[in-house]
Amino acid sequence: MKSQAVHQGRLKTPFYSRLAALDTVNEWHQWKGYSSADSLFCEDIEYFAIRNATAVFDLTPMTKYRITGPDSLDYLNRLVTRDMAKIRPGRVAYAVWCDDQGQVIDDGTIFHLRDGEYRLCSQERHFAWLKTAAIGFDVTIRHETEDVAALAVQGPTSFSVLKTMGLEGLEELKPFGLTHLKFQGTELMVSRTGFTGDLGYELWIDPDKAEALWDALFEAGKLFGIRAIGTHALELARIEAGFLAAYMDFLPADETVRTGVSRSPLELGLEWLVDFKKPNFNGRRALAEEKRNGSTWQLVKLDIEGNKPAHHSYIFGNEKANKGQIGFVTSAAWSPVCKQNIALGTVRTPYGKPGSSVWVEIYYQREMHWNRKMAKATVVDKPFWFPPRRSATPPAPY
Amino acid sequence: MGERYDAIVVGAGHNGLVCSALLAKAGKNVLVLEANEQVGGAAVTREFADGYSVSACAHLLYQLQPEVRKELKLAPTLSSEDMTTIALAEKGKHVRLTWNTVAGVSDADVASYRRFKKRMMRFADLLRKYLNKAPPRLGTKDMKDLVTLGQLGFDIRRLGKQEMREFLRLIGMNIYDELDERFESPLLKGALSLDAVLGTHLGPRSPNTVMTYLYRLAGDHGRAAIPKGGMGSVSDELAHEARVSGATIRTQMPVKRIIVENGRVTGVETEDGERFDSYTVISNADPKRTVMGLVGARHVETGFARRIHHLRSKGNAAKLHLALDGLPIIEGLSKKDFAERLVIAPDEHYVERAFNPAKYGESSPNPVIEMTFPSFRDQTLAPTGKHVLSAVVQYAPYDLKGGWNKEARETFRQAVIDTISNYAPDIEQRITASELLTPVDIEREFHITGGHWHHGELTLDQFLFVRPVSGAAQYRMPLDGLYLCGAGAHPGGGVSGAAGRNAARAILGREKAA
Repeated sequence: MKSQAVHQGRLKTPFYSRLAALDTVNEWHQWKGYSSADSLFCEDIEYFAIRNATAVFDLTPMTKYRITGPDSLDYLNRLVTRDMAKIRPGRVAYAVWCDDQGQVIDDGTIFHLRDGEYRLCSQERHFAWLKTAAIGFDVTIRHETEDVAALAVQGPTSFSVLKTMGLEGLEELKPFGLTHLKFQGTELMVSRTGFTGDLGYELWIDPDKAEALWDALFEAGKLFGIRAIGTHALELARIEAGFLAAYMDFLPADETVRTGVSRSPLELGLEWLVDFKKPNFNGRRALAEEKRNGSTWQLVKLDIEGNKPAHHSYIFGNEKANKGQIGFVTSAAWSPVCKQNIALGTVRTPYGKPGSSVWVEIYYQREMHWNRKMAKATVVDKPFWFPPRRSATPPAPY
Repeated sequence: MGERYDAIVVGAGHNGLVCSALLAKAGKNVLVLEANEQVGGAAVTREFADGYSVSACAHLLYQLQPEVRKELKLAPTLSSEDMTTIALAEKGKHVRLTWNTVAGVSDADVASYRRFKKRMMRFADLLRKYLNKAPPRLGTKDMKDLVTLGQLGFDIRRLGKQEMREFLRLIGMNIYDELDERFESPLLKGALSLDAVLGTHLGPRSPNTVMTYLYRLAGDHGRAAIPKGGMGSVSDELAHEARVSGATIRTQMPVKRIIVENGRVTGVETEDGERFDSYTVISNADPKRTVMGLVGARHVETGFARRIHHLRSKGNAAKLHLALDGLPIIEGLSKKDFAERLVIAPDEHYVERAFNPAKYGESSPNPVIEMTFPSFRDQTLAPTGKHVLSAVVQYAPYDLKGGWNKEARETFRQAVIDTISNYAPDIEQRITASELLTPVDIEREFHITGGHWHHGELTLDQFLFVRPVSGAAQYRMPLDGLYLCGAGAHPGGGVSGAAGRNAARAILGREKAA
């Protein structure tokens, strides 16, 4: 086996030079060993780039695994809860995978790059689990996070930017589709995926071509309001889209110590991803039992009255809170684009049915003084932000 | 669709036969499919040289559980019983051990041995009670499990304060330290060390070898016997009992796979493509072969597959069969002593040193040997005047460095014969034919992954509540309709029938509860 030097200290992504050049606030954090920007200029403006123009986010640190081999489909079908046989080459699937008890380890996207060749992307690292799950399968799993440079290009003008850049055929690319293009003689994979709930793409390329790609992209985006963004703006966008984040809205089951703190896909509102009709998948027995007996928790999307974000709030069944707390908020924000006070939370069943009301206890500070407010919240079914342009094919040009 | 049965047993090893006989007695329509020509699995008698037959793998009967005997009315005819163990000494000053006495050692050792055996047998009896029950699950609210668990605690407490402490001290300990504290005679210590480690990948200084020793005693207190006609006669009797009770046994029907549909077992398919249907499939095969081979990892949970995959099941005991044109001369032995069990383990260090190379994938140059001459009182096994020597030899690691090629086998065979020659100088001249079965051969011939006696190392982390692995200790695998009934399940190997009986009871009990 080829030995590789182990990196010391914090890594820089192949786009670091370009990000650093645009950076004015010097706010960075560590993401799986890499420096990742919280923000580069102003997070509000960055957020509006997502919703009104084109935002570029460096997602190189996202964990990527390449899964190949004769059993790759069978392997993935055993790993994740949804039926991967339905995901043809050139398609991408959002998926969750569970431990033996049917508790979610992580969610992620699986790219069917070519026939029988897959890439699995997730926020967290899962090599040990993926290798364990490979016992008895003829598959090769390669950790390729460092071998692929990736950018998210998201926002209403993103299609026009990429078209101006000279990328062809994106008109036909449907949401969760991917295509292989050429960029300066190198293969560039473009997928219509993202973490913003908006029209958007992700670009995947050899790290050697990363800077050239960035330059071409920003050159093309000049007239389309292109802007590099950090994770804070993205975080707001993903809550609006109703997407889950590990360690925020659920804990990876293999990282939990106490029982009862992990969640099943049914409890996370991901029942649509669980296919009991497909061949055996990990956690199936436990999930079938949960389906029979009922879940303990229910993830809820909350539309809360007022404008004070319900960060870390307890959720109650009634206004007086005299029936005890029924859950808590996991992600919260004031949504500028929806003009709504939104949150994701987890409540005990049978609370949390769409259309029902709950109360959240919001604490907020005003000139050092703390205030408390019980705010009524409605459980909503759909994502807060789901514009028609997200799925329009071909996307409208700007 | 194939023929439908109430239960299909994969493998007609002795446990599979016990299980199928008990299920058939309870009115079940049972089919047993055996890959080999003979029933019995590793408990068979077969010819290894022209006119010479031998118990091909297990050769001594000492653990057959009274419950199994009683429920199946088994009464094997024995050619030798209550055998004395003779620990051979080079100058003929052998030590003779019976189940409660020892001769040829100092008076202090004689007294120590009596005390030692008394205690060990008491502990073994406690263990024996639980070998014949499905082990309770931990962390459960199931009443039956809680009662069994409570009973176990109570039984340990009932030993008395002193003995309970002693039990808890010893159960995880190595036999070497215990023997060293109690005895002087190296030969005695050697022989007892051998008893503790036979059939395992353990040396006398390995942890929990007191437990493996107790396991050996947890039947007839270690009193060994040789069935007339070899171990195959016990299997034949079991098969007869199963057939009479209504079970169908078909040999030369290797099972290719256990069929899983919609998350449950629905039948089996043989190598010939024949299909048999049943919602209850009981595997007598080892856990690895059953789960990873016959079922396939994809049909079970990842964590369970991982635990099965990592099961330690590499055998270390070889079997040597010699066809002799007459009995060898061993100094200090009278003729009738050839009916007994002879062991070569001159002292406890010798046994540990024999184990050392095995840790590094090498066979022992000075092996530990357990020998019997089954033909001595059984004319059916060899031509008149000629004899068969059946020996269990350690250590012969399954994954020998460089593999068990012709040269490696010859080296080991010679090492064994040289070792025997130290006690029986004329042995080499007496040999007319020989057969060496390494764990690799045992794996091939008896379809036991790793060629391990117990289908999985008998250590505390693979014992009782966690045998073969945690979450699957009650014969029922975490796949609807799949059961284990072989040595890989609780309690373990040896011709005891306990696993087969417990499995049958678990299956029938479950049905009653439903």
